[in-house]
Amino acid sequence: MNAPAAAPEPAAGGGIARGETILEVRNLRKYFPVTEGLVFQKTVGNVKAVDGVSFDIRKGETLGLVGESGCGKTTTGRCVLQLDRPTSGEVVFEGVNLEQLSNQELTPWRRKVQVIFQDPYSSLNPRMKVGSILGEPMRVHGIEPDPNRRKQRVAELLGVCGLPAKFADRYPHEMSGGQRQRVGIARALCLNPDFIICDEAVSALDVSIQAQVINLLEDLREEFDLTYLFIAHDLSVVHHLCDRVAVMYLGKIVELAESDELFDNPLHPYTRALLSAVPIPDPRVEAERAHQTLKGEVPSPLNPPPGCVFHPRCTLAVDGCRGALPELRELRPGHWVACTEVS
Amino acid sequence: MPKLLEVENLRTQFHTTEGTVKAVDGITYEVSEGETVAIVGESGCGKSVGAMSILRLIPNPPGEIVEGSRIVFGGQDILAMSDAEIRHVRGGQISMVFQEPMTSLNPVLTIGLQLTETMMLHLGLGQSEADRRAVELLGMVGIGEPERRLKQYPHHFSGGMRQRVMIALALSCNPRLIIADEPTTALDVTIQAQILELMRNLTKQMGVALIVITHNLGVVARYAERVIVMYAGRIVESGTADQVYHHPHHPYTIGLLNSVPRMDVRRGKRLVPIEGQPPDLTRLDGGCSYRPRCRWAVDACARSFPALETVGDGQIAACFRAHELQLDEASTA
Repeated sequence: MNAPAAAPEPAAGGGIARGETILEVRNLRKYFPVTEGLVFQKTVGNVKAVDGVSFDIRKGETLGLVGESGCGKTTTGRCVLQLDRPTSGEVVFEGVNLEQLSNQELTPWRRKVQVIFQDPYSSLNPRMKVGSILGEPMRVHGIEPDPNRRKQRVAELLGVCGLPAKFADRYPHEMSGGQRQRVGIARALCLNPDFIICDEAVSALDVSIQAQVINLLEDLREEFDLTYLFIAHDLSVVHHLCDRVAVMYLGKIVELAESDELFDNPLHPYTRALLSAVPIPDPRVEAERAHQTLKGEVPSPLNPPPGCVFHPRCTLAVDGCRGALPELRELRPGHWVACTEVS
Repeated sequence: MPKLLEVENLRTQFHTTEGTVKAVDGITYEVSEGETVAIVGESGCGKSVGAMSILRLIPNPPGEIVEGSRIVFGGQDILAMSDAEIRHVRGGQISMVFQEPMTSLNPVLTIGLQLTETMMLHLGLGQSEADRRAVELLGMVGIGEPERRLKQYPHHFSGGMRQRVMIALALSCNPRLIIADEPTTALDVTIQAQILELMRNLTKQMGVALIVITHNLGVVARYAERVIVMYAGRIVESGTADQVYHHPHHPYTIGLLNSVPRMDVRRGKRLVPIEGQPPDLTRLDGGCSYRPRCRWAVDACARSFPALETVGDGQIAACFRAHELQLDEASTA
């Protein structure tokens, strides 16, 4: 590879104004090869975990990515983080195509894009005290080289996330799940990122603790001018927290719209079925709701159905759905749907 | 409806090196024939231990169902039964559906064997009769090609399909009560809807009573007739679903309802969480265990645990101020 004069470095403060595009994902694909044979492995197929996903995120907004297990939402997040290098497609962050950077050139960008994982039990190193979990990244990235200042900053971060400063001396096992998740959030914040991917960040928490963490995420977004990609399967949480929502099914985005618009007027048959399956915590509302139960299960991403991937379970499917892959069309302003049978 | 199950002052404790954990601390409730009751609460509130105690599935040691507890099922005293007698009830008159369809089936036995073994044991059926009924049961829970599927192992089934097998297993011996412990927590929402719909239809059709243990307030609202809310090992409120959701009288119930985001209201409203953490069950004092997180707590709350009082037609709540509280107060308080 011919090295360019200098690899692009992130500008201080991001240089992106609120409302402008901070992240562009274009035609992202991630295939995982399936191999056979012990010595001479040959590829016998590909799991198409993410298959042609495109979306934009504007600075300051929260985009929700929802779908059921195996729909590719987590892989999409990992590709944006460059934890998995995509098979093809572009991830453009603050105007720079991250796909064209080497691993070394990526380092300064990794600081800008952080992640909060689902499981507060397995995503923190059990042998490190909270102080090191938060201080180490600051040292590695040279943000706070002075140990005393670093300690002070750890205490500040804990305070921001609603934990007392003395927690810096604790090990992860000495804390509850909610407290651990707050440490996970503090860790994502310690490098002053512009963008945070929340991958099922509140799913493992009990309802009362979950509400505390949701409010914390909302406050931090305002305070630090953050942009979130919020990956989750819980539609009620996504509706509450996200400005716009993309629904994924079998590696593809089937619908994308403003949050209230999507939940008030779902257009894609899959989105409709998904929303109808979510029970609402109110017996009077539930008694009056029409419930549409989706038949069958999600097909294997190893061998997805031809044409529209949803057609085998779809109530609206016609012959044409088996042939061509439906494109995302803008049916209302800002409301994109990949279905030929709705208008 | 005649009473099927009576639980009276059930106390289950675990003796650990950290002290005695009062997992269930004096709960009393009843389930009538054919009724669906939901037990809700957060992790560690004792909802699962309470249900396991009904079948005496608490390992002893370290666990112990404390003297003075009473569990009466269909007129029989469960706690006075011999081991042989309780084995006859388990999987027979009372069956269970667990959360993890991956771990609650034996991975090295075919589905067919697991289904027929139970029926041959409890119903005294012969092999061919049991085989015929197994096919019928799989068909009933919506598994296609039952003859072929019976010869397969659990790993051939998806999570949702395994949970269907568990339901077939639970129904196989014509139980009078099914205890479902977080039956859909591990499943995707569209599969959750399929499974809950199936359980509701089959239990109605066969007149089986159902205890659903869950933390999901939406599932309760859609499927349960009666709701029991637990906190730190005790029942804090119980009533019909409509009473508990629309006229809750316990601060914890109100707090829970305010904590859940709702998909059917427009965005923009902030959630009102319950502050703080659930208590350590080894360090409970004599007062109300919800007191440290309660915004209505008064001095009396520290002195004794409030008894369950009637607050509506068949609705009870354990709070000194239960009569004063309303749901909408929570958002203005």
